[in-house]
Amino acid sequence: MIDAISSDQLSTILAQAPSIDQIGALERVARIQARSIKGAAKLQGLRMALSMIDLTTLEGKDSPAKVSQLCYKAQHLHDQADGLPTVAAVCVYPSMVAHAKKALGNSGIKVASVSTAFPSGQAPFEIKKLDTQYAIDNGADEIDMVISRGKFLSGEYHFIFDEIAAIKEICGPIRLKVIFETGELDSLDQVRRISDIAIAAGANFIKTSTGKIQPAATFPVVLTMLGAIKDHFDKTGQMVGMKPAGGISSAKIALHHLLLVKEVLGDAWLTNEWYRFGASSLANDLLMQYQKQLTGKYQSATYFSID
Amino acid sequence: MEILKTYKLYIGGQFPRTESGRSYVVYAKDGKPLANACLASRKDIRNAVQSARKAHASWAAKSPFNRSQIAYRMAEMLEARKAQFIEELIVLGNSKAAAEKEVKLCIDRCVYYAGWADKYQSIIGSVNPVASSHFNFSMPEPMGVVGVLACQRSALIGFISQVLPLIVGGNTVVVLANSAQPICAISFSEILATSDVPAGVVNILSGNISELLPVLAGHMDVNAMSLTPVDSQLMQKAQELAIDNLKRIKILDYDFNLAAVQGLRFISEFQEIKTTWHPIEQIAGSSSGY
Repeated sequence: MIDAISSDQLSTILAQAPSIDQIGALERVARIQARSIKGAAKLQGLRMALSMIDLTTLEGKDSPAKVSQLCYKAQHLHDQADGLPTVAAVCVYPSMVAHAKKALGNSGIKVASVSTAFPSGQAPFEIKKLDTQYAIDNGADEIDMVISRGKFLSGEYHFIFDEIAAIKEICGPIRLKVIFETGELDSLDQVRRISDIAIAAGANFIKTSTGKIQPAATFPVVLTMLGAIKDHFDKTGQMVGMKPAGGISSAKIALHHLLLVKEVLGDAWLTNEWYRFGASSLANDLLMQYQKQLTGKYQSATYFSID
Repeated sequence: MEILKTYKLYIGGQFPRTESGRSYVVYAKDGKPLANACLASRKDIRNAVQSARKAHASWAAKSPFNRSQIAYRMAEMLEARKAQFIEELIVLGNSKAAAEKEVKLCIDRCVYYAGWADKYQSIIGSVNPVASSHFNFSMPEPMGVVGVLACQRSALIGFISQVLPLIVGGNTVVVLANSAQPICAISFSEILATSDVPAGVVNILSGNISELLPVLAGHMDVNAMSLTPVDSQLMQKAQELAIDNLKRIKILDYDFNLAAVQGLRFISEFQEIKTTWHPIEQIAGSSSGY
């Protein structure tokens, strides 16, 4: 585990963080977004994107029945089409972890649980730890924690570092995704700063957003986070995963995200071990595009299960 | 200097150029170039159907009286701008008298279907006698998104005669305008945009029919097709492509310039009848069971 580091070390990490050229970032993502993927490459990309989805339901109205329905969808994306993968994981609240675990059985699909008082993160530290422990005790395979944005914005970087490190300690070998809620962080420099802190504190994945706030996973934000992952990898040889979440509702956007990660990080990240999409409605759009590619006919949502 | 107008598409309440960036020249009767029109592509169809689908639920849920008012408003707007349409029809080769007659008929037809908007339900619907303790009734419901191949023999009246009964019936439409003479339909979209017709209820594309019709007919999110006679091979292809999701197909082979070519059937052919069995207590026959 990662021990609490000194003020100096954290200061060094923060001082080394490059400032982000916003105009450059916008231009680079604009080039990515102008590209069009067709034919066999599109089919492969769609399948890949499906396999990277964390199929998500994070509503106040979630119930065991809703979760088990979602888990069924996770295993049977569209039975009419052959050769489709399953999604990577189902992402739920801690109270639903046990239900999801049971519903998914030995399908190989992971259960990810949000924790640390998702989505606001506004709870005492003790409660956040309990929240995480509860999810793990119920069988969560992955933990998606939120950072304390208020503390981060008021400059308490040590607090943020310690919090992430403490949750990672509870997780042990369980993979930890750290949610920044970039829509509340104002600038790309802030995004880069929190990426460096989270990675230093032991995050296995860094994740853009809760999905509750817009803007969420915008391309410049994702590019910035990928940059932090790349710099960390170049320096240490350790891989960190990326999970854009929120607002990725169409196949086109998802494919552009895959292009971006391929360009910045390379093929090693093009697997659901290192790349995930946090999404609920994305799956159906991917499936509709997949069917469209196979049949040549534009599809209707009527013929795809809701969840 | 004379400037040729570029007629754009009408999709989701907006006037976009075609996604493909293509255009074609529309000619006047005398062979002179009259205007540029968008040569729409399959992706424009995709966008148009998406808009129509998005608009459908709320359009179908509007009160029939409200749909009536909106259709009537279209007649008012057409009346106010009839000079433009008469001029367009003349340029396209109609005599002044014929053009004036056609526009007047268009206005009348808008008013006519506006009148039907809150009445056809009572005529088509019924309460049915059944031999059990059910209140059994049948009511029309719009089919959903209807693909329209507008009459290729007329520039405006065919378009109006096909579209109005569809939308007063709660459907939303994607229209392939008269390919050679799309300008009246596209001009009419300016009326739609200013008549409280919600965005996406009517979407209008101009282009090559043999390129666009198969895409529209094959689209799984289109529920029905209102066709008018064109090349028989193309018609057959469209009908075959429409099979996958069991689209209703109606072929309207009429001279829409005739005053009599209007009526309830143009609405009812694009309605599905839903019958409901509502359990009732046998009030008269029952004793005090509670």
